[in-house]
Amino acid sequence: MSQTLRTGKWIDRFLRLNAWLIFAFFYIPIFVLVIFSFNGSSRVTVWGGFSTRWYPAVFENQQILSALKNSLIVAGISTVVSTILGTSVAIAIDRYRFKGRKALDGAIYLPVIIPDVTMAVMMLAFFAQVFRLIDSFGPRFQLGIYTIAISHIAFNISFVAVVVKARLGQLDPSLEEAARDLYASGWLAFRRVTLPLILPGVLAGALLALALSLDDVVISGFVNGSGGTTLPVYVFGAIRRGVSPELNAISTLMLLASTVLVLTSLFLQRDPKSKQP
Amino acid sequence: MTSLDHAAAHSQARKGRLLATPAGLYIVLFFIVPLLIILAYSFATRTATGRTELSGWNLESYDKLFTGLVMRTVWRSFWMAAVTTVMCLIVAYPFAYYLATRAAKVRNVLLVLVMIPFWTNGLIRIFAIRFMLGSDGPISQASESLGFGEFRILFTPTAVVLGMLYSFLTFMILPLYVAIERMDWKLVEAARDLYADGFTAFRKVTLPLTKSGIIAGSILVFVPSFGSYVVPEILGGAKTLLLGSYIARQFGQARNFPFGAALSVVLIVAMLIAVVINQRTEASEL
Repeated sequence: MSQTLRTGKWIDRFLRLNAWLIFAFFYIPIFVLVIFSFNGSSRVTVWGGFSTRWYPAVFENQQILSALKNSLIVAGISTVVSTILGTSVAIAIDRYRFKGRKALDGAIYLPVIIPDVTMAVMMLAFFAQVFRLIDSFGPRFQLGIYTIAISHIAFNISFVAVVVKARLGQLDPSLEEAARDLYASGWLAFRRVTLPLILPGVLAGALLALALSLDDVVISGFVNGSGGTTLPVYVFGAIRRGVSPELNAISTLMLLASTVLVLTSLFLQRDPKSKQP
Repeated sequence: MTSLDHAAAHSQARKGRLLATPAGLYIVLFFIVPLLIILAYSFATRTATGRTELSGWNLESYDKLFTGLVMRTVWRSFWMAAVTTVMCLIVAYPFAYYLATRAAKVRNVLLVLVMIPFWTNGLIRIFAIRFMLGSDGPISQASESLGFGEFRILFTPTAVVLGMLYSFLTFMILPLYVAIERMDWKLVEAARDLYADGFTAFRKVTLPLTKSGIIAGSILVFVPSFGSYVVPEILGGAKTLLLGSYIARQFGQARNFPFGAALSVVLIVAMLIAVVINQRTEASEL
């Protein structure tokens, strides 16, 4: 493709330079942060020699550990539930024709595009209203990690559905038809043919849900109540109090975790056609 | 339609509904209902103690939208989102073009390099920018040792736009990349064969053919920028109060839920307009 293009030499140089600048813009701040997490000096921006002293401090901080635990619980629950619900709704929209399909297809995109802060205040108002209603019957409920999980599932269903739908769109429907022609029942054809084919998409969707749940700070910050602080909410608060070497160390660990997630996901999402048997 | 076809369509619809119902119900209960509650809140009454009473419906919160401070905040959010979107477009278009015209192997590696920062924790990335821009941060230190003096940009609108650019640039790159990659290059060739110069061929052929990517990318950057909260909270200062923070404040210290809800409706309307524009362009291309 590139050979057939008659882009001039200068244009080509410009395109290359622009690409290098963008990669530098993306990566330099992250690298600098990682390097300074190994800074021996307690003055955060003054280099005082290589040291790993801030890392043990992270694991001794009880607040961080409890926030991490909350994050993992919320992310685990919301990933499992949203993957199941998101996958089934994606299959329904892609493979079946039913009343309300178009409306559902449109509504499913809203949680993807809605600004975090809008979703956050929506959920806060919703829980306030629901609690008021329940209170009048007796039991008292409070915000906590379960309200975060409920909110995370609400946006993650949509992200999973979008990723799985993209995968379903890449598939050849004749494969499933062939299975049915060979007298496989609808369910059998689905379980033996469609499901294995969309599985990489489902796993990629699940990883995206996991990453988004671990990433979310705004919505979690609004519906966490007391004792429901997640790791990003803790970090956000710490950043607002000012930079610290310990913060650099937590950040580096979180960067490492998300890099593992993205590489796993990209590995799973490779085009089915290029996949080796 | 034979009765057999009819029965098949019927069973299809039943299966589809069965698969769609759990997620559909969840989204209605935990997304659509909260959306409607916010809408109701925007017409509700705030009592003197800061409680929200869902009675005595009124338009007071909407009246407040037209006061000076609010108009200035909405306008500031709008133009900062617009500047971010235009800057993203300017740098992302040549970048996506570069990606799309590389050989497959190089392209896949470059795409992975684009995706890694996209997936990394957004808060941490903004913290990295905060760290870089700080008055005693690496850039400032380098600038001072080179004799340019202290580097003051943190807590200014420039820092906020830079942060939003950093956060949302990938949202622009990916749809542009998809649009350029699937474009029919023969049309560009044809234009060149008809003696269009490079720039004319680009303006009259490439640009219109990639319009869907430009619009999708612009929406994906503009909407989160317009409502952004984390970026201005970390990189902005007193002079950069944006809509997102202003809404959060109404649900926090100010305890004025109806007014916060009315402000959220502004964001929701902006989002819906964007969705409609996107669907129109997609429909016009099919």
